[in-house]
Amino acid sequence: MRSIYYLKAISEALLNEMKINPDVIVIGEDVRYSLRGITKGFIDIFGPDRVIDTPISEAGLTGVGTGAALTGLRPVLEFQICEFIFFAFDQLVDQAQKLRYMSGGKLKAPVTYLISSSGARGGMAGQHSDNPYPYLLHSGMKTVMPSTPYDAKGLLVSAIRDDDPVAVFLPVNSLGTKGDVPEEQYTIPLGKGEIKKEGKDITVVATGHLVKIALEAAEDLKSSGISVEVYDPRTLLPLDKELLFKSVKKTGRVVIFDDSNWTCGFAAEISAIIAEECFTYLKSPIRRVTRADVPIPFNAQMESFVLPDKEKLIRAILKNF
Amino acid sequence: MVEKITKSLALELYKKMVLCRKFEEKVVELVNKNEIYGTTHEYIGEEAVAVGVCSALRNNDLITSTHRGHGHIISKGGDIKYMFAELLGRSNGYNKGKGGSMHIADPDVGVLGANGIVGAGVPIAVGAALTIKIKKMDNVVISFFGDGASNQGVVHEAMNMASIWDLPVIFVCENNQYAVSTSVKYSLKIENISERSKAYGFEGKTINGMDVLEVYNNTKEIVNKVRSENKPFLLECKTYRYSGHFTAEKILNLNYRTEDEINYYKSKCPILTFSTKILNDGICTKKELDDIDNLVINQIDEAVDFARKSKLPEPSDALKDMYATEYTGIPQKGWI
Repeated sequence: MRSIYYLKAISEALLNEMKINPDVIVIGEDVRYSLRGITKGFIDIFGPDRVIDTPISEAGLTGVGTGAALTGLRPVLEFQICEFIFFAFDQLVDQAQKLRYMSGGKLKAPVTYLISSSGARGGMAGQHSDNPYPYLLHSGMKTVMPSTPYDAKGLLVSAIRDDDPVAVFLPVNSLGTKGDVPEEQYTIPLGKGEIKKEGKDITVVATGHLVKIALEAAEDLKSSGISVEVYDPRTLLPLDKELLFKSVKKTGRVVIFDDSNWTCGFAAEISAIIAEECFTYLKSPIRRVTRADVPIPFNAQMESFVLPDKEKLIRAILKNF
Repeated sequence: MVEKITKSLALELYKKMVLCRKFEEKVVELVNKNEIYGTTHEYIGEEAVAVGVCSALRNNDLITSTHRGHGHIISKGGDIKYMFAELLGRSNGYNKGKGGSMHIADPDVGVLGANGIVGAGVPIAVGAALTIKIKKMDNVVISFFGDGASNQGVVHEAMNMASIWDLPVIFVCENNQYAVSTSVKYSLKIENISERSKAYGFEGKTINGMDVLEVYNNTKEIVNKVRSENKPFLLECKTYRYSGHFTAEKILNLNYRTEDEINYYKSKCPILTFSTKILNDGICTKKELDDIDNLVINQIDEAVDFARKSKLPEPSDALKDMYATEYTGIPQKGWI
């Protein structure tokens, strides 16, 4: 199988969906010239009716996506910077996400939010380095964060075909990674996690770009005789609890490795449900390795200090033995 | 502004306005009796706008509505039986008792939803107009919003996008002159909100929103124009709400309007002025109008009766309709 970049896998998934289904359109800022390259050249294939550049109007374009979705299109909205969702918050959580429920199922908004770079890429400081998915999880929005090019393609296709709003967070540190990806279109169902590496002593719940780092840590710890299992939820909501609990019950130890904030973050929720469902299986306390609850500082040393990394993960794992 | 009006049109406009008015009067009664849970925002006084606009539309034209949406939904063809059932929280209400007054939606009659957030429906209307353009259909979208919403950022964004993309959307500003307690005299430096259309590059017009014929005729003309030219339009209808911002506002004693002002606009009542006109012009008889009044009252009583007799949802239905797929967010313990 060919090996391609994560970004290319995303681009290919979207391109193929647009070819298959004329209702799929792209709306966003700079999507014609494509800042990140996901929609590069799409304008020549699909024209300006289906590759729609917007003015700088994040709230407005999110509402436009909802209206288009309510009336028969399947818009994919690209947010170049993840913090743009803050501008669009009412349109995301109070409109698109709630409309099906509030209308008793009469309305559906099949829209995909492609958040094409999430997390700290280095030196972008406080307003370009967040990982804001917990806000959307808290609001009940289906949320996906693929960790590999293979997962990225299959999950984006599922997100576009889903009849609900789905947020797809692309970790900025994964965009340049490579992996095997089939050429044909395929889907990975939402809500299915994956054990990326089997192990017997401890489960590391890792998300996004941290999955790769967790796998490296697992390799490093082999020499210490610790067998690490790496669970990647892939979809943060709906969450594959079954697979998670199975893993935790098997190993009896767990570290959650997630690059969103500590307080009310994704790791906090995972930790709570494990405590509720797997308490008697636990041999040591649940531990979290997240980013610190501060905006990402500009200075490189300060930035690394507050972000989760391999050393912090290994320290947390070793505390369990 | 139009010389002749047919009898059937006159009676239709009259009937719809009376239906909107009587519906709201019944709603107030039911809120005060606690039969309707919570509160609602009544449309009393503004009937000429919804009726005039929606009567000029086709069934497949779309609207987005506001928190003060009952009149829009009735005028667009919503069934008051299911509206009352929704307001009474019944399982056969428009939205299974999950939405209530501020969230009634029925895509079958082109209602993409009332909306509890001021201005939020406007970009949604623009998105619907985008679908119309892309799918090369010939319907139009009406986005109702108020003078308050005209100052929301997202409304500005939406109007600009509708303009640059040449979308078939008519922004209907119901300027009832107050955003809750804040007068347009305070919140606007310009006389007419329609003037803002120039800044976006499309046409706008301000009309008397208390005159149903003026609203109807203007909308008819604008809809034709928008349908053929695919350009947005901003139609401002100056109107007035007789009741408070919401049902129980009176007990708050806000006193932001004088009794004299309210009484002045009551003398301009859109139903009264219209019925006087069509009677004076000999278009219909007093008896015909009285018959309509009685018909509407019966229709409302029947609808309320229907709603009262309708089944209440199971409390656990609260966990349904969350997603297209099975809801996996149910807490594992404590609920079910």
